[in-house]
Amino acid sequence: METLERIVLAHRFFAGFEAELGALVAGCARNLRFTPGQYLFHADEDVNQIYLIRHGVVALEIAPPGRAPVMFATEGEGDILGTSWLVPPYRWRFDARAVGLVRAIGLDAQCLRAKCEADHHLGYEMMKRFLPELSARLDQTRLQMLDVYGTAKP
Amino acid sequence: MKAAPLRPAPYRVRRIKRELHGVTTLELVPAQGAVPAFEPGQFNMLYAFGVGEAAISISGDPAQADCLTHTVREMGAISTALAQAHPGTMLGVRGPFGTAWPTRAAEGLDVVLIAGGLGLAPLRPAILRLLAARPLYGRLILLYGARSPNELLYRHELEHWRQRLDVDIHVTVDYADAGWHGNVGVVPRLIPRLGLDAQNTLAMVCGPEVMMRFCGAALHDAGVAMDRIHLSMERNMKCALGLCGHCQFGADFICKTGAVMRYDQVAQRLRLREI
Ligand SMILES: Cc1cc2nc3c(=O)[nH]c(=O)nc-3n(C[C@H](O)[C@H](O)[C@H](O)COP(=O)(O)OP(=O)(O)OC[C@H]3O[C@@H](n4cnc5c(N)ncnc54)[C@H](O)[C@@H]3O)c2cc1C
Repeated sequence: METLERIVLAHRFFAGFEAELGALVAGCARNLRFTPGQYLFHADEDVNQIYLIRHGVVALEIAPPGRAPVMFATEGEGDILGTSWLVPPYRWRFDARAVGLVRAIGLDAQCLRAKCEADHHLGYEMMKRFLPELSARLDQTRLQMLDVYGTAKP
Repeated sequence: MKAAPLRPAPYRVRRIKRELHGVTTLELVPAQGAVPAFEPGQFNMLYAFGVGEAAISISGDPAQADCLTHTVREMGAISTALAQAHPGTMLGVRGPFGTAWPTRAAEGLDVVLIAGGLGLAPLRPAILRLLAARPLYGRLILLYGARSPNELLYRHELEHWRQRLDVDIHVTVDYADAGWHGNVGVVPRLIPRLGLDAQNTLAMVCGPEVMMRFCGAALHDAGVAMDRIHLSMERNMKCALGLCGHCQFGADFICKTGAVMRYDQVAQRLRLREI
C-alpha cells in the first residue's frame, strides 16, 4: 500500500496533494497493465475506475455506426481518464484503446465517491483537480471544432 | 533593396512537387542573374502572368543558392494558377520582403518551433538553418499540428528529421483512424508537457491565427517571455512595399514590420475582431 501511495502522489495529477488525502486515495488504487491493442473500456460501460496513465499512450475513439472508429484524442503519461466518475449515470461515452504497452493506476470510482462523500475536504480537493482538467478539455475541443487547418491560410 | 521593386523579375519553374491535395512546391530559377539571398521567414510576391500576384513565403533551404522554393496551397485564382504551374512555366518574382525568424538571436537558447498546417512551409528555412548549425542551439523542439495524418506537409522530411537524436519532434493531428500511432489533439496542449527551461527558450510559431493565439498564450503560461515568442502574421497583402495599405494590421503594415512579429507586439491585436 505504501508504494501505491507513493506512486499515486508522484502522478502529475496529484502533484502537491496532501499526504493524508493521498493515503485515502491510494486505498482505492491498484496497478494496471494493458497490452498493445487492448481496450481499457468501451462506450456505454460503467465508469468503474479512473485511470492515471503512468506509461504509454491511450487512444480515445468513437465508432460511428458502420464506419471505422475515429480517434479524437490521445492521452499519455501524466494524463487521466475518467472525468465522468462523478457524473451520473457514470457511463463511458467513448472507447479507450492502448496504442502500445500501457501502465496505469486504476482508482476505483465507487470507492472514491464514497470517500469523497464521507470527507468533503477530500472531495473538494479532488474537484479542484478534476475541474481544470475538464475545462482544459473543453478548450481543446472548441479549438478542434474550429477546424483551423481547413480553411485558414496557411 | 531592389532597383525596381514594383517590377517582377522573370523566373522559370524548374521542378514541381505535389505535396498534398491542392498543395504544390515549386522550384524557381531566374531567367537571368543570380537568386537573391534571403533570410528564413521572408516571402516573395509571386506573379502568375495574366492572373495576379500573391505573397508566398520562401520554403527552401537558405543555404541552397541556385533556386527559390515556394509551397503554395490553392485558395483562389492566383494561388491556384501558381500551384498548377508546370516545369517550364514562367512566373514573375519580386522580393525577398519582410522580417526574418530570429535564428541568430536564438543562438545559445532552446528553440521551440511550432507549425500548424501549411505553416510548416515558412518555418522550413529556419528549421534547416538551425539543423545546419545544430551545436549553436540548446534543445530543438518541433511541434507540428495538422488536420489529419494524410494532410501532413513534408512528411518524408519530418520522418528524416525525426531520425536525428538531437531534435524532439511531436506531430499531432485533430482526428485520425486507428492506423495512426502518433498524437491526436490540438497543438497548444503539447506545450505544458515539454518541460521547457522557459528562461532560456525562444519560440517561432506559424500557422492559422487562432492556433498561434492559443500557442502564444500557452508558451507565455509556460513562462516564456512574450518578446521571445515570434509569430508569422500572414495577412493578405498586395504591394509588399508599405504603400497600398492592404495588409494593415492595427498600426502596422505587415509587409513592412512582418510577417514575423513578436508576440508582445501583436498579442492585443490578435484578440481584436475588426482588424
Ligand atoms: C507574408 C505572407 C506569406 C504567405 N505565404 C504563403 C505560402 O507560403 N503559401 C501559400 O499558399 N500562401 C501563402 N500566403 C497566402 C497567400 O498570399 C494568399 O492566400 C493569397 O491571397 C492567394 O491569392 P488568391 O488569389 O489565390 O486567393 P484569394 O482570392 O486572395 O483568396 C481566396 C480565399 O482565401 C482567403 N485568404 C486569402 N489569403 C488569406 C490569408 N493570408 N489568410 C487567411 N485567408 C486568406 C480569402 O479570404 C479567400 O476566401 C501568404 C500570405 C502572406 C501575407
